[in-house]
Formats: sequence, structure tokens, C-alpha cells
Amino acid sequence: MTRLLPAFVAIPLVMAFVLPIFGKKGKSTATVLANLATVTLLILAIASIGKSGVYEVGNWSIRVGIILVLDGLSSLLLLAISVVSAAAMLFSARYMEQYTAKAKYLSLFMLMVAGMNGLVLSGDIFNLFVFLEIASLASYALVGFGCEHEELEASFKYMVLGSIASTFILFGIALVYGNTASLNMACVSKAIQSSGLNPGLAFALALFIVGFGLKAALVPFHAWLPDAHPSAPAPISAMLSGILIKTLGVYALARVVFNVFGVSVQIGWLLVALGVLSMVAGAFLAIGQWDFKRLLAYSSISQIGYVVLGIGLGAILIAEKANPAWASLAILGGLFHLVNHSVYKSLLFLTSGSVEMSTGTRQLKQLGGLAGRMPVTRTACTIASASIAGVPPFSGFWSKLILVIAAVQAHFYWIAAIIVFVSLCTLIMYLKVQRHVFLGELPENLQQVKENRGPMLVAMIFLALLCVFMGLLVIVPSLRANILDPAVKVLTDGPKYWAPILKANMFATEGKIL
Amino acid sequence: MPYALCFLLFTIGLYCVVVKKNLVKIVIGLAVMEYAVNLFLIMLGWRTGGTAPIIDKTYIEPGTTGKILDSFINTSVDPLPQALVLTSIVISLGSLALIISICIRIYEKYGTFDITEIRRLRG
Amino acid sequence: MCYNEVNNMEQEQQNSNVIQRGKTSNGVKGMTVIVKTVSSWVKVLIFLFGINIVLFGHLTPGGGFAGGVILASSYVLVMLAFGREFAEENLPLPLASKLDCLGAFMFALVAILGVVFGGSFFLNFLYQKYLPGQPLHLVSAGIIPLANIAIGLKVGASLFLVVLMLSVSCKGSGATGRRPVRSNPPPAGCTGSSPPSAGQI
Repeated sequence: MTRLLPAFVAIPLVMAFVLPIFGKKGKSTATVLANLATVTLLILAIASIGKSGVYEVGNWSIRVGIILVLDGLSSLLLLAISVVSAAAMLFSARYMEQYTAKAKYLSLFMLMVAGMNGLVLSGDIFNLFVFLEIASLASYALVGFGCEHEELEASFKYMVLGSIASTFILFGIALVYGNTASLNMACVSKAIQSSGLNPGLAFALALFIVGFGLKAALVPFHAWLPDAHPSAPAPISAMLSGILIKTLGVYALARVVFNVFGVSVQIGWLLVALGVLSMVAGAFLAIGQWDFKRLLAYSSISQIGYVVLGIGLGAILIAEKANPAWASLAILGGLFHLVNHSVYKSLLFLTSGSVEMSTGTRQLKQLGGLAGRMPVTRTACTIASASIAGVPPFSGFWSKLILVIAAVQAHFYWIAAIIVFVSLCTLIMYLKVQRHVFLGELPENLQQVKENRGPMLVAMIFLALLCVFMGLLVIVPSLRANILDPAVKVLTDGPKYWAPILKANMFATEGKIL
Repeated sequence: MPYALCFLLFTIGLYCVVVKKNLVKIVIGLAVMEYAVNLFLIMLGWRTGGTAPIIDKTYIEPGTTGKILDSFINTSVDPLPQALVLTSIVISLGSLALIISICIRIYEKYGTFDITEIRRLRG
Repeated sequence: MCYNEVNNMEQEQQNSNVIQRGKTSNGVKGMTVIVKTVSSWVKVLIFLFGINIVLFGHLTPGGGFAGGVILASSYVLVMLAFGREFAEENLPLPLASKLDCLGAFMFALVAILGVVFGGSFFLNFLYQKYLPGQPLHLVSAGIIPLANIAIGLKVGASLFLVVLMLSVSCKGSGATGRRPVRSNPPPAGCTGSSPPSAGQI
């Protein structure tokens, strides 16, 4: 498996360069090729569960070359990325017929997937930045794809804030390089552990938190998300909300804070504060929305707050050297919520796209009574809403339960109370969605809507089945041990995690002449 | 000291993005921020009395094929930040091209460059 | 990637003003005779210089990206001196697009050949096994000149396309071939009719 690691980046990149050649006449060939590529990536990601390894690009040894690292956290995120991108690509086979230049859309989509895969696998801080930029640029172009008024405005806002975030991150990387003379995450981590945090490195950490927080849309930095996610085409909204903000924001933040810098109590409290603020603000702002996708976008902000809260709680418990089982439970809750949210939020955005394609509108006040006309969409949306609100047998319930138990166990009762309260708010907002979109009576201008057919339904049913069965990931011990526990172990090990990588490769190749 | 000036340039760019109301001026502020970070990254490699890291015939040890003189390694400026800055300049070129074309399309749609009037998405 | 279907009266007037301003005194598109003559000589030299920077990228400063920018700038000079249509006839849009994809594909091919011949992605297989060459000559450093050529091709074509596309909006209604049109009517209520109940943070 280690030898196949570059394929995660190479396959979507080659597809991205080959697809625009097809142009308008070869649209169906291009779509078939793109779907084949995402399904291949899904198969590769499933094959990489439970494995780990280091791949040196170009056979350069670790101190001088770029490495690709596969570990538990990377394989968990690769799985999430491939599932959501396969579903979104299948959905867009029929949805993007509304737009022309479909080949360019497919090429940009593949670039975004390549960027995200590369970011998750990279073992080098600057390589992480380059792939982050590739994915961000592709997403800026995709948000404004339809070229109507609002889409361009949203794309501009997203681009300005995203570019500021990237500049902050690059500044942080420059400071890290200046202080530690290396770009490889393992070597940087070793240097920081031995020398401690001087003011330059502390400033770099602050810049990283702001930069990655902007990409993850945590609350003081969330201003771009409610405009960008509704304006994008529906499968792109699913990708953005489902995996882009998690990979570019939460994964990179967790990697840098836990594995490279090492946690401290202040950083943990900062993450908890950001998480709580995002949860509460996102939930309150979402309840008052009357645009379907804008409500879903604000709810994304709230759910990312859950993930960051879980991770921050784990950080505090690790830094205070409390019982390690508590920290593992908190981080397990956060990471499981991350994976869950990818699945059900992308399913919600896909159902909203299906509704929009049939009825032509996104405003809740103009929809109603679609339950009889669009049964599959309705079932999928109900499953996803129940899941995100935390109704028992679906996947969302388990992750929220784990977070509440972790908070109570660590004697942070007020955090548990806030989690329960925000879950209640989430239930309210999704009941509002269900009542206005699917129940109630059908307005006159919507009498002729019919269900969509074909690949869109397959994608939605696939994600809905995942929503129903993903609770098994924590209940069945063997699945949890293979998929979730390695990811948790990566974060709880913290900076000690790099030791096996360095020992295995650096000293072995120390004497190699370049 | 030069690092502090670089940071000052960065904050000037940030000020420009935050305060100005014209779309193109915001883009220029973004470009100034990116220049500041690139400048900072290059200045990290400075070594007092250093030379450019370009290998010439005089720096190769005579008699061998390709072994580089130690004196060159000890006096040359660090070349790694230069490679990083090259990558960063390419990325900011792509980003700038994209954002400028979006500005042009916004002008075609809205008829103005003023951000206080381009506010259809709110709430 | 946008089709401006709204042709307001003011916008047409504005655009025709721009075209009027771009014309010379006798109404011909492009610049004066001196600029046209000199640029038709100089453009070849610029192109050649760009190729030099690309090919010697492993020996002198420059390389793929800088050389590609210079290659594109020779076409931009033609575009500025002779007008957009002349440059577009010289290197039509679909051809530039295909060159762009070809350059990127060549780069990916070079990387994948590293796997085929050596076993590692991006391995410098020419340097280590087949064609080491002599240091400081043109044929040295393995696959790096090939990668430079691919990057130069891609960057040159891309920047030419970018400048071509940016110059479209100065021309009338701004519509040329490959722009997507949303064939659905725009969604009925999407002109920001959400009530300002939740303030903007």
C-alpha cells in the first residue's frame, strides 16, 4: 500500500489535465471517466484502512526530500474524502447538465480532490500549504461556476478571505522554517520539543490557528461560509461543506497543533472556546434563515464547532495529564462527528440540490408538500435530518453521545449542557426544514414537479444507507479498532508520534550521498 | 530589523484589504500582503557575506565530476527559501488572475466596483 | 465562464466608449506604425529568449515558470500592438487550451515514468541510470530539463489564455464561445429576500 500512495494524488491530477480535452462533444465520455476515477479512489481508500507507511518521493531521504505519510488519521480522512467525492461526482453527472462547460467543471472537481488527498497525505509543512492552495483555488472557481450575480459576489468574498488565510499560513510556515531550519513535520516537531516555544514560534502558532480557523469557518472567521455554500452548485456545496472545511481546516489544525507543536492547556481552552462559540452562534443564526441552503450552511458552522470542541477537550485533557482514556474518548467523539457530518451534511446538500433542480427555488416559504411528489428525496432528507439532530439509531446520535459522556467524565458539566442545548436547536431547525419543504400543502406553481431519476437517486440512497449504518463504526469493536482507534491514537500520541518515522528512515539513510 | 519592516508591509496590505471600498483596491491589498510574505521568506535565507547559490565551473572541485567545493557551501545563501518563494509566486499569480477575472465579471453584472453596493447576499 | 445576457443601454455605450478610446487617430485597431514594426521584429527575439530560459533552467536562474511567462509575454506584446483578433488568429483559443493540457500531461507523464523505470514517483531516472551527462552542460540533471519544458509550455499557454480572456470584456457584449449558460430560469426568489432578522456578524 505504501507504494500506491502517490496514486491518490496522481490519479485525480492526470484526470484533471485529460478531461478538458473532451470539450463539448465528449461530455458523456468525460463524465464516465471522472466517475471511474472517483470510484477507483474509493477502492484505494478502503484498501488503505489500518495500514500505515512513509513514502519518499523521488527516493530522496527524509531530511532533504518530500515524504507522504499514511497513518490512522490520514486513512480516516481519505475514506471520508473518497466517499463524499464519489457520491457528489455521481450526483453531478445529471445535475450539471444545467450548466455548460461541464468538462471544465469535472476538471476543477478533480483538482479539488487531488489537492485534498495530497494535503491529507503530506508529511511536509510546505507541501501541505501547496496542496491547500490547489484545493482552495479549485474551490474558488467552482463556487462562482454559474456566473449569476450572487455567485460571483459570494465567490469574491470567499476568495478574499481565503487568500488572507493562505497568506497567514505561509507567514507561519516562514516563521517555523526560520526557527527550526527544516520543513519536514517530523524534524520540526523534534526541534520544537527540544527547544521549546520561543516568541517567534508562538506567533507562528497563533498565525496557524487564525489561518486554519478561517479555512474551517470557526466563528470569528466564518463570514464567507453563509454566502459561498448556498451559491455553489449543489454537489460542490456538498463537497465544500462535507469535506473541504474539514480537511483544510480541522485536519490541518489538528495536525499542526497536536503533532508538530504539542498541546498546552491554553491552546486547548482556546479550541474549546472557538468550538463553543461556533456551535452556539451557528445554531442561533441558522434557525432564522428562510433559504434552504443558507440554513444548511449555518448549521455546518455549528457542527464544525462540535468537532473542534471535541478536539479541544481532548487537548486540555492531554495537557493536564489526566486519565488518558478520557482524552481518547473526547477525541474519538470529535473525529467520529467529523466523519458523520461529512456524510449527512453532503446528503442534505444533495437533497437540496435535487429539490432545487425540480422546483427551481430554494426559499422555504415557496416550497411545501413535496413529500408525495419526491419520495426518495424526502426519505433521504428525513434520514439525514434525523441523523444530524441526534435521533437514536442514526449515526449522529452516537457521536453526540460520546461527546456528552466525555465532557461529563472530565467534570466539564457546562460543556455537556451546551452540547445538549445546541442539539435541541439543531432539532428545531431541521423540523423547520421538514415542515416547510416536505409537509404542508403543495403550492399551485409546483404541481408538476416529479422525482429526479438516475444517478442522482443512486448517490442519495448510497449516502442515506451510510447514515443509517455508520453507527456501527463505534458499536462493533473490530470496526472501531481498525478505523477509528488508530486515528485517535495519532492525536493522543502528539509529538511522540513522529519518533518511529524518524528512527526508521533517517538513521538508515544518514550516510546516503545525494 | 528588516523582518519588522516586512511585517509592517504585511499590516499595510491587511489594512488595505479591510478598509478600502473598491474591489480592485482590495485585490491590490491582497497582492501587497503576498509580496510581504514572499519577501520575508527570502530574507530568512540571508547569510552575511553570502553569494548567490548558482553553481559555476569555479565551484566544482577540479578533477572530480560534480563534487562541490566546501567554500561554496559555507558562503552561499540558503537556496531552499528561494524555491519556496518560486512556488508561492506561482500560486499567487494563479489566485490573482482568478480574482481579477471575477472582479471583471462582477462589474459586468452589477455595474459598479463599490462593495457597499454589491450586497445582495445578506442575513 | 459567463454569458452577459443583459445588455443595458448604458453598458453598451460604456463599452463602445472603451473601444473608441483604444483606437488610434485614423480609427485602425492597434497601435501606431512604429510600435507595430518594432514589435514584429522583437517578438521573435522575446520568444527565443524565453526558450533559452526554459531550456537552461537547470544551469541558470529561471526555469520552467519564468521562461513560460516570457513566452506568454511575446504573445501579449502582439496582442497589445496589433489588437486581439490578430493574436487570436495566430494562436487560436482551442489550440492554446490543448497545448495547456498537453504541457500538464507531459509533466505528469515524466513523474509517472519515474515509477515505471525506477520504482519511485518523480525519481530522476535519467540522471541515475540512463543519461547522467556531464555537470554544467545542457544534457545533465536528468528529467529536470524535460519537466522545465513541460512547465514552460503550460505556463506560456495558460498566461496567454488568461490575458486573452481578460481582454474579452472590453469588447461589446463580452460573449465568445465557451461560456456556460444556465438554461434554467434563475430561481424565483433568490434576490436576497431573506428578512434581516438575524444580523450579520
